[in-house]
Amino acid sequence: MSITKVTSHPTQNEELIFDRSQTGRVGYRLPKLDVEETNLDEILPAELRRDDDLEGVPEVSEVDVIRHFTRISTWNYSIDLGMYPLGSCTMKYNSRLNEKVARIAGFANLHPLAPESEAQGALELIYNLQEDLAEITGLPGVSLQPAAGAHGEMTGVMLIRAFLDKRDGVKSKERRVMLVPDSAHGTNPASAHLAGFTVKTIRSTAEGLTDMEHLKTLCGEGGIAGLMLTNPNTVGLFETNIQQICDEIHNAGGLVYMDGANMNALVGVARPGDFGVDVIHLNLHKTFSTPHGGGGPGCGPCCCTAELEPFLPTPRIVKNGENYKLDFHRPESIGRVKAFFGNFGMMVRALAYIQTHGAEGLREATEAAVLNARYVGHHLTETYDKPYESDSMHEVVFSHKKQSRKGVHTLDIAKRLIDYGFHPMTIYFPLIVEGAMLIEPTESVGRADLDAFIDAMKSIAEEAIETPDLVIGAPHTTRIGRLDEATAARKPVLRWKPEGEATAKSA
Amino acid sequence: MLKVVGLNSANELFRSIPQDVQLNRTLKITEPLAEIEVIGVMDKLAEKNIASRKTSFLGAGAYSHYSPTVVDHLIQRSEFFTSYTPYQPEVTQGTLQYIFEFQTLACQLTGMDVANASMYDGSTAMAEAFLMAQRVTRRDKVVIAETVHPEYLAVAKTYTQHGDLEIETVHFDKESGRTLDADLNKLDDKTAALVVQSPNFFGCVEDLKLLADKAHAVGALLIVVVTEAISFGLLKSPGACDADIVVAEGQSFGVPLSYGGPYVGLFACKEKYVRNMPGRLAGIAYDQKGNRGFVLTLATREQHIRREKATSNICTNQGLIALAATIYMETMGRRGLQEVAMQNAQKAAYAAKRIAEIEGFSLPFSAPKFNEFVVRAPKSAEEILTELSKEKNIIGGLALSRYYADNPNDFLVCATELNSKEQIDNLVQALSEIK
Repeated sequence: MSITKVTSHPTQNEELIFDRSQTGRVGYRLPKLDVEETNLDEILPAELRRDDDLEGVPEVSEVDVIRHFTRISTWNYSIDLGMYPLGSCTMKYNSRLNEKVARIAGFANLHPLAPESEAQGALELIYNLQEDLAEITGLPGVSLQPAAGAHGEMTGVMLIRAFLDKRDGVKSKERRVMLVPDSAHGTNPASAHLAGFTVKTIRSTAEGLTDMEHLKTLCGEGGIAGLMLTNPNTVGLFETNIQQICDEIHNAGGLVYMDGANMNALVGVARPGDFGVDVIHLNLHKTFSTPHGGGGPGCGPCCCTAELEPFLPTPRIVKNGENYKLDFHRPESIGRVKAFFGNFGMMVRALAYIQTHGAEGLREATEAAVLNARYVGHHLTETYDKPYESDSMHEVVFSHKKQSRKGVHTLDIAKRLIDYGFHPMTIYFPLIVEGAMLIEPTESVGRADLDAFIDAMKSIAEEAIETPDLVIGAPHTTRIGRLDEATAARKPVLRWKPEGEATAKSA
Repeated sequence: MLKVVGLNSANELFRSIPQDVQLNRTLKITEPLAEIEVIGVMDKLAEKNIASRKTSFLGAGAYSHYSPTVVDHLIQRSEFFTSYTPYQPEVTQGTLQYIFEFQTLACQLTGMDVANASMYDGSTAMAEAFLMAQRVTRRDKVVIAETVHPEYLAVAKTYTQHGDLEIETVHFDKESGRTLDADLNKLDDKTAALVVQSPNFFGCVEDLKLLADKAHAVGALLIVVVTEAISFGLLKSPGACDADIVVAEGQSFGVPLSYGGPYVGLFACKEKYVRNMPGRLAGIAYDQKGNRGFVLTLATREQHIRREKATSNICTNQGLIALAATIYMETMGRRGLQEVAMQNAQKAAYAAKRIAEIEGFSLPFSAPKFNEFVVRAPKSAEEILTELSKEKNIIGGLALSRYYADNPNDFLVCATELNSKEQIDNLVQALSEIK
């Protein structure tokens, strides 16, 4: 088969902006300087000024910019285009209303160091969102300062560390083991490391749940600071023993941190605070629909028990009668994790999401998310190897076992999905499933789309038998084919340079 | 659909959750609101943010600048803002290409060899730079100028509190407002890095070349922090002064103030340190037919592969805000970045000159400045600023007492291209009427 992908069509071959640059071209205009000019040397001596005339920075017109970004944007898949079944990522619809309200001038133009009395609306909004998240998680202490999930994780484990240091004093240093299941996100051990903990890995059972015997053995070895657990876990199963797990950890003197990546399976149905969890981070960009933005910005609030609340980052937003204020006097706090108060723009969007749904709507969304995953699981279980029999929650995992015998692997199946008009699922995660394909449809997909996705997956499975090369060579419909990532890493080119100059290579 | 999967009710979907930990009641959250109602709620809250409607001379790490219309228009294309992080390069070339352009522009402006795909903001980027310097040098002490943004220092302290990193502070010279030369004897052979901000928190431009030499003399790195990215258009780049790592807050590049976030951190370094860098990197790659594309690369530094041994726990970057900054830099372009920087310097110079003429007011620091400067008032700055806001609807700056207890009469004034001569003159008039 011969399929020509890159043609001479200009919209398909948009160069780097640097290649569009024309000396003297401009795309901006500022008002004329209206103050009397000071001799530049009086402001800044020449030796402190740039002498490269910003060479290499592009010179383009406004329409150049518009065409450039519009063209390259068409090379992206997006939620608005269709189903985006990335497991663990919760790619749900991003309401335009949320975008609109985040741009209200009274929010967008508010300086973070404005006097508190003149920023009451912003403080009230943060406070209200904190209250809602406390109700949703069953954990009363909430900080919205962390900028992302991994940042909220770091904050969470630091709270545990601060709590233990206070409770145990010098003896706290004998308690430095953080237990992390083998199915965990990579950020978990990385965050634990930042708080000075050593990681011990807990095995999962053949059923895909935390191995209670192994957990008990590890707790018996002592030194337990805590556990970092995702629930539902990363194979999409609810940890049925969650209360016993929390009890084990608490009896061993540790605390339980829950990774809230999968909260979309629980909102309105069950609350981590009621399981015995001590601290959790949420991803507003997953569960509460703030846009993923091609990889950020996020917002990773940290919610905790009243016992841990004094350790939350400063400043805290507190209500004082009818007024809201910033409380900087928090002697036990772990400190600041970010300048100012966090990603406020994301908080506006998340609160709008919560208000649009209301309590009932939030529960309905959870039900739909779980039902959709269950439906996909039900229809693909004959076609693909499903390593765990139990009922999945909001996401379902398969492996490539049936297809790999024919030389077709998870990566190939994922790439072939692109040809069918879908974004691939999460692949090769969690690590405990060989050739994992983790599918999370979210509530934002209707039955017709789910059926189309299921048909595509079945069709690919047939192709894997009949025309495996078609799958192995996928995708066939995109502008470019599979890229040689190994060479890219061996000889990294990480920036544009003018012709003639060597491109940057790593040491 | 419930029937298809063998269930009779939605409740049965949750059979695996033990009954006694199920909520079994409705959340105590509002009834669902219609669009009109949500807008009503939000408008009412926004209305209470009185400060957003006043003439303002606030800076100190977050700046009011003009953002060309195309910036917000383009970032609202759903192909950009409803896309995920670019793990599947065949369907995310748009994102990967702008990250590559962002990295290039960050290198050009900072004068460095390599830059990553962005960090959460300037403050967390600086904290990550501390950890990186510790990895690179295998030394456990960082010497930081007192004139680095106090909230940045606070964040770095949080990040490093469990990592055996000692942080020592260098005082500033009370005359010049710059890092105190004599205090640099705190640099020694245990020092991983010297950290300075330029323009510093008081708006003073530091002599980076001199500081680089001092750091390098003891085998330490120089980390330069920039909170006002517009200054890149006029000031000598940190790279040209031999800095090793540069971190910057990119909010000035077309990103709204939005009460402190989301912003975007720039992170750049010398080429030889690239494998110790935190965060995402996009690089060039080719497909089998030789077509050029972009991928995320050098991922062996990252948490999803290295887990607890990763260079950082950061998972993604600040995608959409990095896009806004990229569009801003490209729309303003070479000449626009220069002109806007020049206008900032000129407006601030004019404002400083006029304020210094008011009886009782002075400028305590002699070092060259960019668009911010400290004013010393004849009485409590806090009182003056409160009065100014109440009586004249002008937010005249930031009282330094928020961060520095020793300077109750000092306040920080920032003037940008958005402050007209009329606004500056009104500020001067109002200050001169203070009793």
